[in-house]
Amino acid sequence: MTTLRLAAAVRGPGRTGPRGRPVPLLAGAVVALVVLAAALAPLIAPHDPNAVDPLAVSLPPGAAHWLGTDDTGRDIASRLLYGARPSLLAPLAVTLAAGTIGTALAVSAAWLGGWWDRLVTAALDLVFGFPGLVLAVVGAALFGAGLPVAVATLTIAYLPYVARVVRGSALRERHLPYVAALRMLGLGGARACLRHLLPNLAPLVLVQTATAFGYTLLDTAAFSFIGLGAQPPTAEWGLMVAQGAPGLLAGRPEQALAAGGAIVLFTVACGLLGTALSQRLAGDRT
Amino acid sequence: MIPLLEFDALRVTLPGPRGTRRTVIHRVDLALAPGSAVGLVGESGSGKSLTARSVLGLLPPGARVDGDVRFDGASVPAMRPPELRALRRGGAAMVFQDPRAHINPLRTVGDFLTEALVSVRGLTRAAADARATALLDEVHVADAARRLRQRPAELSGGLLQRVMIAAALAAEPRLLLADEPTTALDVTTQAEVMAVIDEARRRHGLTLLFITHDLALAAAVCDRAAVLYAGTLAEELPAHRLATGATHPYTRALLAARPDPTVPGAKLRAIEGRPLPADEAGPGCPFAPRCARATGTCRTERPEPRPSGDGRAACHHPVPLEGSAP
Repeated sequence: MTTLRLAAAVRGPGRTGPRGRPVPLLAGAVVALVVLAAALAPLIAPHDPNAVDPLAVSLPPGAAHWLGTDDTGRDIASRLLYGARPSLLAPLAVTLAAGTIGTALAVSAAWLGGWWDRLVTAALDLVFGFPGLVLAVVGAALFGAGLPVAVATLTIAYLPYVARVVRGSALRERHLPYVAALRMLGLGGARACLRHLLPNLAPLVLVQTATAFGYTLLDTAAFSFIGLGAQPPTAEWGLMVAQGAPGLLAGRPEQALAAGGAIVLFTVACGLLGTALSQRLAGDRT
Repeated sequence: MIPLLEFDALRVTLPGPRGTRRTVIHRVDLALAPGSAVGLVGESGSGKSLTARSVLGLLPPGARVDGDVRFDGASVPAMRPPELRALRRGGAAMVFQDPRAHINPLRTVGDFLTEALVSVRGLTRAAADARATALLDEVHVADAARRLRQRPAELSGGLLQRVMIAAALAAEPRLLLADEPTTALDVTTQAEVMAVIDEARRRHGLTLLFITHDLALAAAVCDRAAVLYAGTLAEELPAHRLATGATHPYTRALLAARPDPTVPGAKLRAIEGRPLPADEAGPGCPFAPRCARATGTCRTERPEPRPSGDGRAACHHPVPLEGSAP
């Protein structure tokens, strides 16, 4: 009896994965629902997101407009649904690019070592020193505001988050005996990296990017909010918060709250999923 | 005869803290004639594994090699990466101590065996599969086709070590480096694995460098035995003379420390003091602090290997053999 309880206490909460645990399950459901809504926006949105209606300006929520209309008469619910597309795709692009480039940099640095490792590490530390927003301002000043530039600058800003962690693990993995055995068999470095090192690092990269995804969404929304990301009249969550901000003072908080709520909900869900994944990974490792 | 493998005053240093260098191998001189088997015995940390790894250029990063290791006349430390890969692909192969740590646990046994055959030797998948099956048959793994589909975790240690040997043989090497291949196995499995190695050696005419703690095993399998102490070659002699013809006080002490099951209640005669890590060895003979025969010279002057008894010993005061002049 005591032994059982002790075993349970030792095992701790991190041992079980997302399956059978309510919080990661709920977070996964939220993420899936939002992705589904973005994909099916043309089918489920009640109105054209960009249709201006001078006769229906700043309407409160009702049967025709579930979340009301904004100050040019556009349907907020439809804009929220359509807005999910750039709001999700931009951070997805950032995460994929940062994940791929970051992992490539990290693995090559760990494998080759020497001056390449020192260069990569120093460059990553340098990037790490700049907040993403500062990089975005510089990017916008050089190449103009817009979602593509925001994605590019955010990719650079997020490289260290992926690369530093992956480099550490790749370094450890690289010195495991099985890698020596592969080299003994005469395998080239590229092949050993691609076919053996990468698959063994994949769970870590997955956790790292899943956690980062929520934050990149928050950051792209912030870029759009300050006018450096998505440009009007695009329906995008960060931009919607900016456009709805005056309404907060005028007693019409629907637009800002709806878009802000969507951002918070998705970011939190992503963070919880990432935590659950990393706990599962840690459980597997012990 | 030109030796297939020759260590010529091999000395290996590793980077230490704050730019210092740590000597892990002081001096190893050893020659392996083609087709011969040499046993390298010594305590943990005496540099056995590093000596073997220097042959394949598998030393830790930052390691510096002085002296020379020559494989078939070619200097290994001087090799560029492509030559080194060629050496690993066809010249020399290694069987490691712990097979479980040396095989990627995520891939099947078949992947492990065929990967090099396909990517390095350019065999087709089907040909590589057939070769892998033949290799497993050769090391007496029953039901080879099924084993190829299994993952390392599904195999016992002895089976996995045979897979490792099969992988080493796949390269059709001329030199087999066996780094304590049986240490992680239980005694009966040990005997089987040793038999597999010995059989493969005789069938393919391999040269064998066999690293072990086990003096009796070295004497049974090898032609010559080399004893390493604190990164220094202490003695080298014909393996069958190991028990009776050793002249280095350390070899003598090692032999005396073995338990003798035929004498009931006999006490083990341990060597006084603790084994010296190679980097703590001073200017003299590394064994001097524990040696009953040590004199002042031993503590200040490192002995060179010189003919002694039936072999060579690096000792100022070798133990005279009975019936011969000191």
